[in-house]
Amino acid sequence: MTKKQKRMLIRILASGVLFVGAVLLPLSGWAELAVFLVPYAVIGWDVLWRAVRNIAHGQVFDENFLMALATIGALAIGEYPEAVFVMLFYQVGEWFQSYAVNRSRTSIAALMDIRPDYANIEVDSQLHQVDPEEVSVGDAIVIKAGERIPLDGVVLEGTSTLDTAALTGESLPRQVQPGDDVVSGCVNLSGLLKVQVTKAFEESTVSKILDLVENASSKKAKAEHFITRFARYYTPIVVLAAVALALLPPLFTQVSWLDSIQRALNFLVVSCPCALVISVPLSFFGGIGGASRAGILVKGGNYLEVLAKTEIVVFDKTGTLTQGAFNVTAIHPDHCDQSQLLELAALAEASSDHPISRSLLEAWGQLPDRSRVTQAEELSGRGVKAVVDGKVICAGNDKLMDEIGVTWHPCHHVGTTVHVAADGVYLGHIVISDQVKPDAQQAIAALKAAGVHKTVMLTGDAKQVGEAVAAQLGLDEVHTQLLPTDKVDRVEGLLKEVSPKGALAFVGDGINDAPVLSRADVGIAMGALGSDAAIEAADIVLMDDKPSKLAQAIAIARRTLAIVRQNIVFALGVKLLVLVLSALGLANLWEAVFADVGVSVIAILNAMRAMRTAKQ
Amino acid sequence: MRKSFKLRDLDCANCAAKMEDAIRKLDGVNSATVSFMTQKLTLDADDARFDEILQQAAKVCKKVEPDCTIVF
Repeated sequence: MTKKQKRMLIRILASGVLFVGAVLLPLSGWAELAVFLVPYAVIGWDVLWRAVRNIAHGQVFDENFLMALATIGALAIGEYPEAVFVMLFYQVGEWFQSYAVNRSRTSIAALMDIRPDYANIEVDSQLHQVDPEEVSVGDAIVIKAGERIPLDGVVLEGTSTLDTAALTGESLPRQVQPGDDVVSGCVNLSGLLKVQVTKAFEESTVSKILDLVENASSKKAKAEHFITRFARYYTPIVVLAAVALALLPPLFTQVSWLDSIQRALNFLVVSCPCALVISVPLSFFGGIGGASRAGILVKGGNYLEVLAKTEIVVFDKTGTLTQGAFNVTAIHPDHCDQSQLLELAALAEASSDHPISRSLLEAWGQLPDRSRVTQAEELSGRGVKAVVDGKVICAGNDKLMDEIGVTWHPCHHVGTTVHVAADGVYLGHIVISDQVKPDAQQAIAALKAAGVHKTVMLTGDAKQVGEAVAAQLGLDEVHTQLLPTDKVDRVEGLLKEVSPKGALAFVGDGINDAPVLSRADVGIAMGALGSDAAIEAADIVLMDDKPSKLAQAIAIARRTLAIVRQNIVFALGVKLLVLVLSALGLANLWEAVFADVGVSVIAILNAMRAMRTAKQ
Repeated sequence: MRKSFKLRDLDCANCAAKMEDAIRKLDGVNSATVSFMTQKLTLDADDARFDEILQQAAKVCKKVEPDCTIVF
């Protein structure tokens, strides 16, 4: 509670006590008015003062003015308790509103409390704490156990486990060792790490994320625009209606002046659009905050709105549904044993940087003895040729085998096949394939369960490989052998299938798919930890590389939207109802106050639910 | 140029909407958002006249909610 809120609370309590006292005192006439004016002044002086001041500034229809007018009107027609109560309740509502908003602000700020306070720099074997902004690229920093990593970098010394929960929502700690990249914002859990800084503070992941979250509220959802526009017309119209209601009925019907003025005062009380104006952005703010706790960064309320109505989800394959790392999945030797075949292939490929070569070396698991390899040459698009232990080894695809006149046979495993031949004799083949992410299948199933009509995969990979993955995961459609520009064309074709109220989401890993990310209704980048290209190109960023987060994001978006809709319908419904009842003379000031402040409070409480979404 | 400023004592959501509307109408402003939730003004305006426009924006805020100030 802030100081201001405490002071207000004391005023509310004091005025409440005085009000009860005034009700209990058996007075009438001027004495009664005088007694009621005391709590009225205690609770309402600032409202009256602001009303006067704002009129001087040319702000006529503001809530202070309306409240002042309604309560003074009530006092004028002798409804003293009502006048005090309306003012009291109005202030209670305002107090509650500021309390609730403050609370959700601080809890979202706490969620995003990933800003590092300092960095440790080693100077003359002494550690100095400096501002992370002062550290430059190439400097070595030291991170002790329990400290937050201040800047992105590469581990020079030490091994440790990192808590990435603040960034990804993932509770499983991550192991790091020398040579690994570390991202700012993670917490070092166990060992001492020495890290070489690779990015300045403004460029570091933590700055990018904070920037993104802080700017999220500037991209407003349609519902927010609707409400502010609505508020602009609603208040003047209701006030004009109040004037008409006060003047017209007594002139043309039997309704007395007293009655008609009472009804008009009701209108004034109900004319504040506060409940709506506060609860809609609060819901979006809560939804975005809750999502970021789960490692889902949303760049604005508008994207939640679009995501909620997703009908088609288009996935990129490599790095999104699959791990994007090639592994040896089968070794089929013809005339030697498995380890020999792998060793020869790995040595032949030792000097190549191709992902396939790297995965062969990784599978072999030994440091290649370069003296055994001579005359290595890379045959682009086919494979490699090298002399290993005096034998000419060719390792590559079927084209290479055909070229050197070696008879080969295909493999029944799906993947990239590397054939190996020594001195023109076929030795066998090794199959390398990209593995499907463990939660990919579950992710697709969850999307289906959430009512997504169609899931599509686009890939530049071979037909065989793409179709096998699609079948394994249960995708509805797959398009293979696409160039990046083909992907845009495909997405444009799919956009035509989306119904006018639906949307198309594209999920990629942020590498090479920026054009598609921006073409889709909502572009989602995943595995963004450490990839700022993805953070910039996408509308929604999944911080870790789990496709199953997508269904969660859609669930959060839908829940937030549902809360927004509930609030709009509820607040408008109650206000309209009370307006109609007031016009007919069936509602009094008490009901009007409920329609204003009560609805506000209920809508705010409802909006705060949006923040809790991600706890499941 | 695009810059964000903190708003102190911005107490009413409807006022925030009114400020946003009025600041957008200022000459030289490309876009402006006033976020009640984060208590921030994001102003995108002509580089050359940025300070002058910011002063005008501050005046607008004062007019809508006299207690509210822009923290420079």
